[in-house]
Amino acid sequence: MGEKLNGAEIVIRFLKDEGVEYLFGYPGGAVLHIYDELYKQEEVKHILVRHEQAATHMADGYARATGKPGVVLVTSGPGATNAVTGIATAYMDSIPMVVITGQVPTDLIGNDAFQEVDNVGITRPCVKHNFLVKRVEDLATTLKKAFHIATTGRPGPVLVDIPKDVCRQSIKYEYPKQVSMRSYNPTTQGHVGQIKRAVKLILSAKRPMIYTGGGVVIGNASDALRQFVTTLGYPITSTLMGLGAYPAPEKQWLGMLGMHGTYEANMGMHGCDVLIAIGARFDDRVTGNIEKFCPSAKIIHIDIDPSSISKNVKVDIPIVGDVGAVLLEMNRLLTENSKTPDQVALAEWWQQIETWRSENCLRYDRESEIIKPQMVVETLYQVTQGEAFVTSDVGQHQMWAAQYYHFNQPRRWINSGGLGTMGFGLPAAMGVQFAYPEHTVCCITGEGSIQMNIQELSTCLQYKLPVKIINLNNRYLGMVRQWQEFFYENRYAMSYMDALPDFVKLAESYGHVGMCIEKPADVEGALKEAMSLKDRLVFMDFITDRTENVYPMIPAGAGLNEMILV
Amino acid sequence: MRRIISVLLENESGALSRVVALFSARGYNIESLTVAPTEDPSLSRLTLVTSGSEQIIEQITKQLNKLIEVVKLVDLTDGSHIEREMMLVKVRTSSEKREHILQIVDIFRGRVIDVNQSIFTIELTGTSDKLDSFLENLSEAKIIEVVRSGVMGIARGEKSLSI
Ligand SMILES: Cc1ncc(C[n+]2csc(CCOP(=O)(O)OP(=O)(O)O)c2C)c(N)n1
Repeated sequence: MGEKLNGAEIVIRFLKDEGVEYLFGYPGGAVLHIYDELYKQEEVKHILVRHEQAATHMADGYARATGKPGVVLVTSGPGATNAVTGIATAYMDSIPMVVITGQVPTDLIGNDAFQEVDNVGITRPCVKHNFLVKRVEDLATTLKKAFHIATTGRPGPVLVDIPKDVCRQSIKYEYPKQVSMRSYNPTTQGHVGQIKRAVKLILSAKRPMIYTGGGVVIGNASDALRQFVTTLGYPITSTLMGLGAYPAPEKQWLGMLGMHGTYEANMGMHGCDVLIAIGARFDDRVTGNIEKFCPSAKIIHIDIDPSSISKNVKVDIPIVGDVGAVLLEMNRLLTENSKTPDQVALAEWWQQIETWRSENCLRYDRESEIIKPQMVVETLYQVTQGEAFVTSDVGQHQMWAAQYYHFNQPRRWINSGGLGTMGFGLPAAMGVQFAYPEHTVCCITGEGSIQMNIQELSTCLQYKLPVKIINLNNRYLGMVRQWQEFFYENRYAMSYMDALPDFVKLAESYGHVGMCIEKPADVEGALKEAMSLKDRLVFMDFITDRTENVYPMIPAGAGLNEMILV
Repeated sequence: MRRIISVLLENESGALSRVVALFSARGYNIESLTVAPTEDPSLSRLTLVTSGSEQIIEQITKQLNKLIEVVKLVDLTDGSHIEREMMLVKVRTSSEKREHILQIVDIFRGRVIDVNQSIFTIELTGTSDKLDSFLENLSEAKIIEVVRSGVMGIARGEKSLSI
């Protein structure tokens, strides 16, 4: 029966036994015992960030790219509060993450001790679950529970708060191979009867639409989805979070839907008679005005989280289960079934869709003398042959990245969709680069967002991370400016970015390569050159058209068929 | 729609605060909430009275189920059930009104559990409606203090909420 270890040793030993490769963190008083144990071993690699928010985004990027949980270690008080934004970001996008926070010693809890904050309380609304470990006896099983909860069912961040004295108490340690919790048993297999009913409805459709979300990516259901879509020959669209699950270059792909979705995707949604929602949650950025959403559709909804079903939109056939498992079962039923889709109706529907598609809603001025941001993303797509990992921050550049980089694999497009966290892009790209050191990892950002975690350029130098930063510099908080142009009569309150740094010098001062690109003719050459610098971080500052807007756009309160086009 | 939801909860510190936080964060209302350990000390039983449209109630039960520490729950109002609430009322009366008050207590099957010259303390159990109407009937007396336990409930017959 196991050896006697103290709490700090247990934390590190457990992480090793759990197969954790990277720990993203920042030290401080309450976690010094744990750092001391880290020092004595080499298996668990600790990455020293420059701000705890970045640690959580790095772990998050690592998790999104690999599917494995990201792990974070921060100290009590300000260490933990700095991590909150990243925890909330992961929570909104259902990303598996385990965050270990230090806490003041148990006898000081509640005394307003130095660097004390109620970590469990402060994070409660933005974690899947959290724990305060009061006795060393509970430490190993609690950590195991944390990993179990974070990675199963609908994944999410779990926080484990460890008081300093618990790190020093000793107990016999044995790695808990599994945990069982009577109160936590997520459903995985879908209800067979419901699946049969759904298949029947799917085959009866005249104007079908497949609408997928991040659940397909998280559930590793991409292959099953591809087979499903191919078998049926139906059109498919996806949310911002689901891009890449189905290859964008394919003909059945209509592009992203929602507020900045394509004309064909949104019109298709509005006109369909059967909507098949898979791992998507009917977010308000997707549905537009709920009263006007899919007015003539019967809706099937597959999701692992029962509370996502009929939350915003009432559905006709709910199926609770793992999307991959449900799609496999549907594919089986579809191949066995003698009935096939109504080809005549389907051909007519496709004809209608093609007229919408011919609107060419993503057109932009390719002859412009000033660099168009769309053109930068499109050129990046070509230069990287669609193979790069692309992270983004939040704003116009995020939408352009989603619209013009045609993702053909899952887990390649990494962005903060649910919370919309500026400052996510760079640290997330770093997390991806740790997981895939040989791959090209690009961060498409704006001059506003990049400054929200710019200090991580220092971490990049320390760990030699060759991230490629594509800064679409429009000297505006562009997305804010766009709303002010459309809805506030051009009153640009605080959306102008004055006193910007010289990004080239800034990158250079951190020991990286900086480039400033001002002419459209230089875009491709610069991108190629940057990509050829395999082992260097390159900061590309593209001076873009500052008046450019993201189109199409559905204004607040409008239906999906009421888009503003270019 | 008024709903009575019964929940079996892990008897752990912090579990109750998750339930309460869920209601405030999502803007659901709580009319009353009672909680105490069950015959199995590792479990608490919680009874919640809430109200909302069918869709809201569905979300409430789903969101509660999603909490890791919730072991099981049932919406008692879906089936035939018994609900009880307990109330302690302290009233001041004059000697002329005493008889009258005692009569009312009797009609409502309450009990006087403490008394002095001018003060009665009355104990009463029943549905929330019954407690309300008792208070209305006490208009002759001066009510000094009312303590209500909040609603508890249990299903009738074979049905039970247990693990
Ligand atoms: C942390 C945070 N603060 C504020 C916002 C609100 N916001 C959304 S987009 C945006 C502007 C982003 O500007 P920039 O990064 O330059 O990108 P652009 O829109 O110009 O492409 C702001 C302020 C946010 N999403 N996140």
